[in-house]
Amino acid sequence: MTRGAKGWRLAARLACALAVATLFLFPIYWLAAISIKTPEEIFAYPPVWIPSGFRLDGYVTLFRDGDAWAVWNSLVTAGISTVLAMVIGFIAAYSIVRYRTGGDHLAIWIISQRMIPPICVAFPIFLLFVSLRIVDTYTGLVMLYTAFNLPYVIWMMRGFIQEIPLELEQSALVDGLSRWAVLWKVVLPMSRAGFFATAVFTFIFAWNDFLFALILTRSDVITYPVQVTGYFGSQSTFWSKIGAMSMLGVLPMIFVVGTMQRFIVRGFSMGAVKG
Amino acid sequence: MSQSSSIGRALDEQRAFKYLLVAPAVFVILLIGLYPFVKLILTSFQNITMFEDDHSFNGFVHYARLFGDERLWESLLHTVAFTAVALPIEILLGYLLALLFLDPMPLKRLFVAVILLPTVISPIVAGSTWRLMFDHRFGPVNQIIAFLAGGEVKLLWTVDPFLVWPAILVAEVWQWTPFMFLILLAALSNVDREQLEAAQIDGASWLMTFRKIVLPAIAPVLFVAVLIRALDLFRLFDVIWTMTGGGPGTRTETISVYAYQMAFREFDISYSSAIAFLVIFALTALVIFALRRVEIAR
Repeated sequence: MTRGAKGWRLAARLACALAVATLFLFPIYWLAAISIKTPEEIFAYPPVWIPSGFRLDGYVTLFRDGDAWAVWNSLVTAGISTVLAMVIGFIAAYSIVRYRTGGDHLAIWIISQRMIPPICVAFPIFLLFVSLRIVDTYTGLVMLYTAFNLPYVIWMMRGFIQEIPLELEQSALVDGLSRWAVLWKVVLPMSRAGFFATAVFTFIFAWNDFLFALILTRSDVITYPVQVTGYFGSQSTFWSKIGAMSMLGVLPMIFVVGTMQRFIVRGFSMGAVKG
Repeated sequence: MSQSSSIGRALDEQRAFKYLLVAPAVFVILLIGLYPFVKLILTSFQNITMFEDDHSFNGFVHYARLFGDERLWESLLHTVAFTAVALPIEILLGYLLALLFLDPMPLKRLFVAVILLPTVISPIVAGSTWRLMFDHRFGPVNQIIAFLAGGEVKLLWTVDPFLVWPAILVAEVWQWTPFMFLILLAALSNVDREQLEAAQIDGASWLMTFRKIVLPAIAPVLFVAVLIRALDLFRLFDVIWTMTGGGPGTRTETISVYAYQMAFREFDISYSSAIAFLVIFALTALVIFALRRVEIAR
């Protein structure tokens, strides 16, 4: 290929890439634009493509009316359940990898738990939560997300722990560290990049969940996706609130993609692609 | 003697330790995973509705009802058909995107990050966004179509029975094509370059190269990606919930939406349990079948 042809090829690829990126970004731009438009601009016909100013009224309303608590609720439930799932999942994964606890069966059984559609077990879980009196509480949602994410954490951490050389742990044991200490002082630091990546994914799953939050919350610990759906009324749709609340849910994810790109392939493919 | 007993004690200690480590995880999964499952099976044989709380077992009544329930089979058909349409589109578009980004390019990481964004946002937000995009008056989609068609259009994307499924398809493909793209990009990067060049020198056709070199190399990864996405599509709920709520009528009801309606709107608990069990049973059979096929293919 000549130099000129190569240059043209790259230019064409760049143009395609730009077009594709615009296509994927546009809906999110539209959402962000709605969140900062004036009411007149939102309901203008034909639609206004670029907001005239940067109006934060939609966001202010959310905070003034207390609707923004939903974002706090999401943060608390997703945050605490992530910590719990990571700790419980990490030690379980270690046991499964190093001591072959339960053979292959335990690991397969655990990952198969993730296959079942949430709606199928939603009602029995609801009944269980009613009898435990934890419907619409942080405890309930945290417990559910912890359980829901555990299979994922165990599966991912299993892969990361398998990559740690066994000799390191053995020499630490010879040096007189207890098994428990080896776990936290050798295994955890060695797998910390994978641990962190898994934690971020666990957080995303809980953060984005809708169905369980819909069923297991009423008002006190309602999460932001449930709140968003509340703005679609049968009579009127509160566009600026939908825009603002959705953006509050999207902003952390923009940060995640910006910082975690290296791990995203592995996280999404449940460890099938090492990336 | 004393040495062997100390080894024995160490082994006991190790055994206790390893079970202690998995105990919390197993407990939590049993509580939230197994208990509801057992409860589900029991309920499906009882007769619990909004008005009745009859815990006596009355056999396969609810399972018999499944066969005559047209709304159920319709929702199942919707789910399967939508999966069969959306999945190949996502694979194809994801593959094309992966080819576009396979070779080095300036700003590649930024482009990939931007394209990835839809995949990490909540499906509820994605659905809401597309509902706003598809609004027949204030949304940009009709405007763009009007611009291209050169006249005013008033397509009711979320109401018109013939347009709702395409609208949902657009939202779903927008959100999950990046998932396929990312995984296929990683898989394609690992295809042996030398083999490809050798094939090119030998004058192998594009199709031949794809079938003999590329496909075998990406097949295992592609299989996992398809399995994950197929299971996700099968439980499709959030996007439909925000975009159409299953409507108009029951036109966009998937199995998840229908099961939700039966359990939490109609409170036909026992019957919805039977539906849930049917779904779990079918999915398990399907996954086992899929895994077998792949093993045989190897």
